[in-house]
Amino acid sequence: MNHGPLRGANSAPSQRSLADTRAPDEGDGVDTSPDVSDSIAKTTCYMCACRCGIDVHIKDGKVRYINGNKDHPVNRGVLCGKGSAGIMQHYSPARLKKPLLRTGPRGSGEFREIAWEEAFSIATERLSRIRRTDPKKLAFFTGRDQSQSLTGWWASQFGTPNFAAHGGFCSVNMAAGGLYTIGGSFWEFGEPDWDNTKYFMLFGVAEDHDSNPIKIGLGKLKARGAKVVSINPCRTGYNAIADDWIGIRPGTDGLFVFALIHELLKAGRVDLDYLLRYTNAHVLVIQEPGAADDGLFARDSGGNPLAWDRLAKVSVSATDNGTKPALTGNFEVDGRRCVPVFQLVADRYLRESYSPDAVAERCGIAADTIRRIAAELAHVAFEQAIELPVAWTDWAGRRHETIKGRPVSMHAMRGISAHSNGFHTCRAIHLLQVLLGTVDVPGGFRFKPPYPRSAPPGPTPAGKDVRPMTPLEAMPLGFVCGPDDLLVDDAGTPIRIDKAYSWDAPLAAHGLMHTVIRNAWAGDPYRIDTLFMYMSNMAWNSSMNTVETMAMLTDMDASGEYKIPFIIYSDAYYSETVPFADLVLPDTTYLERHDCISLLDRPISHADGPGDAIRHPVVEPDRDVRPFQTVLIELGARLRLPGFVDDDGSAKYRDYADYIVNHERTPGVGPLAGWRGKDGTSIGRGEANPDQLQRYIDNGGFWHHDFAGDQRYYKMANRSYLEFAEYMGFIPKAEPIVFQLYSEPMQRFRLAARGHGRVLPPEAERSRIETYMDPLPFWYAPFEEAAVDLEKYKLHALTQRPMHMYHSWGSQNAWLRQITSQNRLFVHNRTAAGLGLVDDDWVWIESINGKVKGQIKLVDGVNVDTVWTWNAIGKRRGSWGLKDDAAESNRGFLLNHIIGDQTSADANGRRYSNSDPVTGQAAWFDLRVRIVKCAAGEAGFTEPQFERFRQPPHFEPSPDKLNFGAEFRRAREAAE
Amino acid sequence: MTCLPAHTDKKLGLVIDLDTCVGCQACVTACKEWNTGGHMAPLTDIDPYGGDVDGVWFNRVHSYEHMTEMGGRTVNFPRSCLHCETPACVTVCPTGASYKRASDGIVLVDEDKCIGCKLCSWACPYGAREFDTDVGVMKKCTLCVDRIYNDNLAEEDRVPACVAACPTSARHFGDLGDPASAISQLVAERGGVDLMPELGYQPTNKYLPPRAQTPRAASVPAPALEPVRAEGGFLGWVDRMLSH
Repeated sequence: MNHGPLRGANSAPSQRSLADTRAPDEGDGVDTSPDVSDSIAKTTCYMCACRCGIDVHIKDGKVRYINGNKDHPVNRGVLCGKGSAGIMQHYSPARLKKPLLRTGPRGSGEFREIAWEEAFSIATERLSRIRRTDPKKLAFFTGRDQSQSLTGWWASQFGTPNFAAHGGFCSVNMAAGGLYTIGGSFWEFGEPDWDNTKYFMLFGVAEDHDSNPIKIGLGKLKARGAKVVSINPCRTGYNAIADDWIGIRPGTDGLFVFALIHELLKAGRVDLDYLLRYTNAHVLVIQEPGAADDGLFARDSGGNPLAWDRLAKVSVSATDNGTKPALTGNFEVDGRRCVPVFQLVADRYLRESYSPDAVAERCGIAADTIRRIAAELAHVAFEQAIELPVAWTDWAGRRHETIKGRPVSMHAMRGISAHSNGFHTCRAIHLLQVLLGTVDVPGGFRFKPPYPRSAPPGPTPAGKDVRPMTPLEAMPLGFVCGPDDLLVDDAGTPIRIDKAYSWDAPLAAHGLMHTVIRNAWAGDPYRIDTLFMYMSNMAWNSSMNTVETMAMLTDMDASGEYKIPFIIYSDAYYSETVPFADLVLPDTTYLERHDCISLLDRPISHADGPGDAIRHPVVEPDRDVRPFQTVLIELGARLRLPGFVDDDGSAKYRDYADYIVNHERTPGVGPLAGWRGKDGTSIGRGEANPDQLQRYIDNGGFWHHDFAGDQRYYKMANRSYLEFAEYMGFIPKAEPIVFQLYSEPMQRFRLAARGHGRVLPPEAERSRIETYMDPLPFWYAPFEEAAVDLEKYKLHALTQRPMHMYHSWGSQNAWLRQITSQNRLFVHNRTAAGLGLVDDDWVWIESINGKVKGQIKLVDGVNVDTVWTWNAIGKRRGSWGLKDDAAESNRGFLLNHIIGDQTSADANGRRYSNSDPVTGQAAWFDLRVRIVKCAAGEAGFTEPQFERFRQPPHFEPSPDKLNFGAEFRRAREAAE
Repeated sequence: MTCLPAHTDKKLGLVIDLDTCVGCQACVTACKEWNTGGHMAPLTDIDPYGGDVDGVWFNRVHSYEHMTEMGGRTVNFPRSCLHCETPACVTVCPTGASYKRASDGIVLVDEDKCIGCKLCSWACPYGAREFDTDVGVMKKCTLCVDRIYNDNLAEEDRVPACVAACPTSARHFGDLGDPASAISQLVAERGGVDLMPELGYQPTNKYLPPRAQTPRAASVPAPALEPVRAEGGFLGWVDRMLSH
């Protein structure tokens, strides 16, 4: 065989080209070697959050074909169902064509086209006035933004704390749960060791985050015969190929995990050596009820946490590696009673209330199954441990001749995240991994650089001091370590419009985009002037309580002014949110733009090395549209924001591409890490390189650095890795990262609830803070479940995106919508039988928040107490270039209509955002419903229905027929 | 009626691993994307943004549930032309438009000869034929005949688009007529099966069945966990472990 070096994920012998690829002499006239493309541009996909490398084949100026880039670290040549339908995304008839200014009532879709100059002057005049008077009256929320290091910096230079992207309603529980525990997180900042793991547990992954890397990984596990256990109420997608599907009741994963921990502790199957080396298990916790430092760590005069030396019987620095720390016991240090963290862990999880028998019924999992999985975890972790023959040196200078691993790995996402108990559940899963000694070890869960960082990483969020014409002192989003870091005023009132970093959501590391519209409408905590949004469908499938949300967007005060006075929105397509904007800034498609997928933000690293990537225009726009980031940079210059203008007031950056190359966040550190320095020979740090983008393009659109063999594991304590991370600016100092089983920052909030400290919660918030800021993970019933009549609303209701539309603007895609254009409500056969329902019935799906009508499909592969549907298939008539008879707006439905955006009133009459009380993560999956067969005359169409949007000027009706590709064939035949 | 070759030099085809397919539709759209500009271009979509949308697709994925002795199971099932050894879709063709290549066994349609009578689609029990109403011609999977021998593609890319795209590595390609080929060996190892063999069309493509479900406890030979028995329970165990 004549094969070059094998590249890509699909390179098994049974996946390669034929040994002899010469065409046989068939004589049937088939052209077996047609010309494919004039050029191939390598860039980065943007139809979800994976950031895969793509090869875009251009023929006669059009996109002929897109395939995966085999060299790319994220997708290694494969491409998902969306990526391969990118042509239809790019050529969608729903693309906006020109800036729009509203002429009719808000929400009608009546606009006039305006020139970019007019758009800029309107925005500049308005924002300039806000900045001169009260910068926080600009709320800038950027949705599915992959450029948050720019957009966040723009907000901070403008001087508004009111900035976030969509993480608050997506995954902040996973991010914060991980970052406050192990200094990394599932998905974005970590991945299973697909090549070495033998036992993989997948929690609540709804065919989603992330796409191709998980699929490639599952393919590897299947090829090796590793065991896959999925914990998910739905048996679709990844869960369909699991060896063991645990159809858990939604919202009870924490209980299930605690029962596993209970079993492992009881049997002495935890890795004590690992706990001592890499966690705070031995750190002493002060036990002085009523004292101001109760529950904080005992510290020496230098502030170092203390441990108890079992042999010397004295307290010692917990980071001193020459000691013999106790993990259990009860000690007196400076006259104060202290216990090691691990004692508290054991005390809590050995309780009978966390035993398999105690949780089985609530979880819907047999106690024997829980016991079996605990036994399997222990067996694989401890009896099937692995060692890689690679020497490495830890932070203390101790040399290890091999890298030892416990080949159990875990991954979790939306099903854990989207509950009001998700933060603690995510912490529980990390606790389980740490107890098994399987974080960043061969076969375990591995960090992706720039993580791990200290748990939590810095810095704190900025925004305490908002003043006209003044930038914030730092970035708006960050990590709090205690009440002093909160963004609240002296009365405890939130400073941010979304109430992030307030007593409502203290650890809101991603902000709460899902609360902005209600809060701005209600003037709670204050009125804003302008809501500026990008790439998030907040008037439809990205909001809870859609019907009321749309009403808030159009509601007026007594003087006839909109309560949210001005809305600027940037989108590439005519989505349901566009008609609610006053000013529309049309964005390009992903093939027409520059972007950087930056280490300052959300890079393309994997566990074996850091990487970043770019997008660059591979086709020219045929419309009067501009890439959003370039527009934002010009707006920054027109507003004369510091950093966006030179000393003479002229624009500092020509466009986003210029910014990507020349911006420096700190000296020598810019958006891209590759080919820095004048001659392009530096990585991580170095002067701006004018040829940097070309170097990326020449390398296939990305940069990636491969770690040396001894840097790849134990990154939290690996000297060689930590020194590299310091050089790259990932961490301030090459010091070990200690996993926080017990979270001291959370205890500080509890102490405030008990009246200790400078910043105290209002009286009414104290019990809530006391309860939920528990420094050890615990389980509580999801809020909606705890508040509704469970006899009436017996069923849990979930949504997930189909894999072919995960995280994407899917519905205007002519190909993808042929796969799914009507979502059904999936109901278990037995559940349906009990309700007298048969397949294809139309039902009302009712919650305490309202009702929506849809058609059911009976299935076996779902938890019997759970119904679910595909999210974001239902569309509003008049949007997305869809015709009036499209299934999406006639039979497809949006469950969001019945998901409340607020909790039921508590004893004080207070309603909170329907969110996790720790992080503010939207609790989409807390929903409880009942389903009722609809009357005969009601069947066949969805409700509620909404007025059809008018079409923007010069929008042509979508075509009745597509024969995309015929032109390539005609050209070939003409050339023959 | 159209004759089949007495013998084909190769039996090129696909092998699809049902144990690994997650139903993500990547092969479906990768196929559509390549082929809509390829040998049988275009793969027309009628009413692409409306209520009666109907497009030509050479490859579709269906999801099924079925019951086994061990409980329910969900199987994702990609479906495309199986390039049968004795395909009825060829023998019923009145014009010779539908034919099987003697060289590699690929079943193709010669559009110039196709009169759009649809006999082939009635004859195919696998539903693998797709009628393009816009041009009145029957279309179908070409096994990417314009990729696998294409001198204008890098050699490593000369595989069907669906195989290149598949994110879980569930699709394989090769000569199933050569028992020594990697793909034939894969079929042998994994017990690959024909789809509806009783019909007698001798499909070339094979499906690798989902792994047999075993009593769950046996899949990892893990003994049940026993509580630490010795003095002091778990905490006593911790102390002893640390003292070692």
